[in-house]
Amino acid sequence: MTAPSHIRNFSIIAHIDHGKSTIADRLIQVCGGLSEREMTEQVLDNMDIERERGITIKAQTVRLNYTAADGEGYVLNLMDTPGHVDFGYEVSRSLSACEGSLLVVDASQGVEAQTLANVYQAVEADHEIVPVLNKIDLPAAEPERVQMQIEEVIGLPADDAIPASAKTGAGINDILEAVVTRMKPPEGDVEAPLTALLVDSWYDAYLGVMTLVRVRDGRIRKGMKIRLMGTGATHVVERVGVFSPKPTPVDELGPGEMGFINAGVKTVSDARVGDTITEERRPCTEPLPGFKPSVPVVFCGLFPVDTNDFSGLREALEKLSLNDASFSFEAETSAALGFGFRCGFLGLLHMEVIRDRLEREFNLDLISTAPSVVYQMTMTDGSSFNLHNPADMPEVTKIATIEEPWIKATIMTPDEYLGPVLTLCTERRGEQLDLTYAGNRAMAVYRLPLNEVVFDFYDRLKSVTRGYASFDYAIDEYRPGELVKVSILVNGDPVDALSMIVHREQAESRGRAICVRLKDLVPRQMFKVALQAAIGGKVIARETISALRKDVTAKCYGGDISRKKKLLEKQKEGKKKMRQFGKVDIPQNAFFEALKMGDG
Amino acid sequence: MSKAAETPLALYIHWPFCRAKCPYCDFNSHVSQDVDHARFAAAYRREMAHMATHYGAGRKLVSIFFGGGTPSLMPPSLVAGLIDEAERLFGLSDDVEITAEANPTSSEAAMFEGFRAAGVNRISLGVQSLRDAGLAFLGREHSAGEARSAIMAARQHFARISIDLIYARRDQTCAGWVSELREALDLGLTHMSLYQLTIERGTVFHSRARRGERLVPPDDLAAEMYEMTNDIMTGAGLPAYEISNHAATGEACRHNLVYWRAQDWIGIGPGAHGRLTVPAGRLGLATRRSPAAWLESVEDAGHAIDIVTEDGRADSIAESLMMGLRLAEGVSIPALEARYASRAAHLDETALDRLVESGLVEIGGVQLRVTPAGRLLLDWILADLLPG
Ligand SMILES: Nc1nc2c(ncn2[C@@H]2O[C@H](COP(=O)(O)OP(=O)(O)OP(=O)(O)O)[C@@H](O)[C@H]2O)c(=O)[nH]1
Ligand SMILES: C[S@@+](CC[C@H](N)C(=O)[O-])C[C@H]1O[C@@H](n2cnc3c(N)ncnc32)[C@H](O)[C@@H]1O
Ligand code: SF4
Ligand SMILES: [Mg+2]
Repeated sequence: MTAPSHIRNFSIIAHIDHGKSTIADRLIQVCGGLSEREMTEQVLDNMDIERERGITIKAQTVRLNYTAADGEGYVLNLMDTPGHVDFGYEVSRSLSACEGSLLVVDASQGVEAQTLANVYQAVEADHEIVPVLNKIDLPAAEPERVQMQIEEVIGLPADDAIPASAKTGAGINDILEAVVTRMKPPEGDVEAPLTALLVDSWYDAYLGVMTLVRVRDGRIRKGMKIRLMGTGATHVVERVGVFSPKPTPVDELGPGEMGFINAGVKTVSDARVGDTITEERRPCTEPLPGFKPSVPVVFCGLFPVDTNDFSGLREALEKLSLNDASFSFEAETSAALGFGFRCGFLGLLHMEVIRDRLEREFNLDLISTAPSVVYQMTMTDGSSFNLHNPADMPEVTKIATIEEPWIKATIMTPDEYLGPVLTLCTERRGEQLDLTYAGNRAMAVYRLPLNEVVFDFYDRLKSVTRGYASFDYAIDEYRPGELVKVSILVNGDPVDALSMIVHREQAESRGRAICVRLKDLVPRQMFKVALQAAIGGKVIARETISALRKDVTAKCYGGDISRKKKLLEKQKEGKKKMRQFGKVDIPQNAFFEALKMGDG
Repeated sequence: MSKAAETPLALYIHWPFCRAKCPYCDFNSHVSQDVDHARFAAAYRREMAHMATHYGAGRKLVSIFFGGGTPSLMPPSLVAGLIDEAERLFGLSDDVEITAEANPTSSEAAMFEGFRAAGVNRISLGVQSLRDAGLAFLGREHSAGEARSAIMAARQHFARISIDLIYARRDQTCAGWVSELREALDLGLTHMSLYQLTIERGTVFHSRARRGERLVPPDDLAAEMYEMTNDIMTGAGLPAYEISNHAATGEACRHNLVYWRAQDWIGIGPGAHGRLTVPAGRLGLATRRSPAAWLESVEDAGHAIDIVTEDGRADSIAESLMMGLRLAEGVSIPALEARYASRAAHLDETALDRLVESGLVEIGGVQLRVTPAGRLLLDWILADLLPG
């Protein structure tokens, strides 16, 4: 156990890709946490998907031993957090377990949307913030300009920022010194009853359910009988340890310390993050404030391409949810796509990541429907419910109101792209809340319907700003909206997987866009095929696929037989991948492609 | 073995050289200045001998076909020598058909007499178009006038003449094609191969098309041209006996019928294919494609066979349907079953019912046929019909 005065707990926060994980690498290295041989780049990003995409998804905690300039030994608990907005929940949890934050800003990029969002959270958590100007080794780095920006936009004194490079190692020692001298030590009473925050829990193939804890008062040790105050469940602590960054057993954890425990918890959902852990024999009176649970905001249907993979998909979802309690799933049936699951996610990237992991780690081939949001439905009979799937929308006459989620979005962009950004926000029903400038960067704050954002907002924003804008959002409130369900009909039969809920004003253009896209995706049949978009019984857009006229090999002689056979095999393979829709054969990837609306 | 002995046997001889490479052509053809004719002559003889010993089994040939490439560039003495050798090794049936493909230029027309003397009794001229603009688009070396003269010259030596035309070319209109076709009919020939231009992989046209150039008309227009062509040809007494081949009664190319009826043939020369009925099904043979490699292999081993495949009964039946349904006569199902002693499910019955109902396929007595309406959709029909 280390005295609180010699402990510093801090999070590393930044906009995506500004170098948090790489700075963590250097800090681990300087403090001797890993040998040269064990070190890899972004060593804390240990999930395959993190390594492949070069991003952090899961926050990671590391304990470092550091001997400061004052000659004293300190224990530093570092938490590397994800930068992407979808995983903002990981950031807020990490912040509540620490007293300080290293705010990393890429000196070649400057302050971005998530920089700000993270700063606000850190201020709210009453953190001491130490700004770090990273990547000063880059020729494009402008540390002075970015320093000024930090002062202007964020309001932190420019002189406090530490110039550094996670690549060359410059400034790393200054960072460590600043952590020790500028950040507050934790407080806590070692004699008081055990009060510890359950910061995170996950499943480890070797160690079982792991629980990350931060002790406020008292101490936690092996053999102790603990109680989870939220669920009331009791467990015996089997193992106590810290990440150095390898899991390393310790005897106990005292006030201000962070580490993991294994306590015979069966599933991750039994170890609810934000819960308070206390001692069964001598409980504390008040639980810690905890955090609001993360709720899925984006939903989509996931269907196996091969219908035989349905049970495989169920198993895979169950396994993944052991590790990630932030997504939800329930069985769904689609006439077009067969049996699958309606799944809820924290955002679009989260959705992509889970889908990727399902495909790769479980060897599945999946189709996903277009992402949609959760609508609050109030019916004329006074009942109400949450609608997760456009296909389930009740008859219009029975609906009193539909409410949709709105977000508060912060967009930062070089001012030359401000015009198109504002146009985009207006097109997407945005309401401007604020518009400010810092140097040649503009910051626009908008209220936007989430449904517009999950449609193709990111892609559009990226394309109108050539990738120079950054975007962050927080869920705001539900508001009634003029929303309608657009159905897509193929020769008169609705294709449930393609139906969508949109604002009345956008219905026609979206419906048309899908029909036009489908026209290129559905192969010609032996007869004419009508593609229609409709609201209720009213057709709002229509395209026609004329009948197949010609599919024959003009010339075929003795030497062409093996080649022709292969072509035929391919054609037959293709036919197998078709889903019969009424009399129309539609290749599965047509659904998939049509659903990837993008900026089409 | 009696069954194989009943099946007709044909011989294909591939000459892989051309004066220039046409931009649409994916045949095994090469442009070479110095072809060592003596070496090639010896190699053709050796490979023919090898094939006769191993696969001929004392069967007479019903047909010999010199294809290419441009076989009209072969020295007539070589053609004569190979026909003699074939007669010696296999024997020729009384009404043997001996065809040579020829390009319609003046220099080749000069060879016709020699070819006739060598024993060739049928000539297939690659006219491709009777319009200079069409020929230029196809990158051909001859003019329409030259082609007409070549046909005239051929008339003096051959009773059986066929021409190839390529239509559904870029910018071609229905009316334009109809008048070109009528002019061709005015030539009074008894056989015509009318191919819609196909963009084949690995050709100059293919890379141009991939870069976005439009080289063929839209499918709907091409389909219309095809149907018009069939109407006109039927009216003129040369109905389609195969998807793209038209002939007066009794004038069909017997050699190509061997392919479409899935009978037996032996191929010699670079990249030549052969297929033979064996007790288990069908044997496939293919020789090395590159002329130089073929030459070396033959000189080395007496043959250049580098691919041997053996199809079982199911695949053999599939071949019979795939090729046979190209023919207007269709395929006799009982004969097919008897030939391969198999009653295995070779057709998807529900697909067949559906196709018959929609009028694309018909069953007349024991013959299964694709209707004129189904011809343009044959590939689609086959993928539906053959069990996966
Ligand atoms: N030149 C240079 N590149 C750096 C430096 N620090 C990080 N990088 C590079 O920047 C990229 C992003 O670094 P990460 O450490 O993964 O960034 P991150 O902030 O953890 O990213 P997320 O976790 O996805 O938000 C990587 O390619 C790093 O190699 C630096 O000081 N100099
Ligand atoms: C072996 S080739 C040519 C024989 C001869 N060398 C000639 O060019 O006249 C046989 C015929 O196939 C046809 N053909 C070749 N490539 C074609 C293509 N890409 N599309 C349509 N027909 C083609 C041509 O009509 C050609 O005459
Ligand atoms: S079309 Fe005839 S001449 Fe032209 S390259 Fe092909 S084989 Fe040779
Ligand atoms: Mg990271």
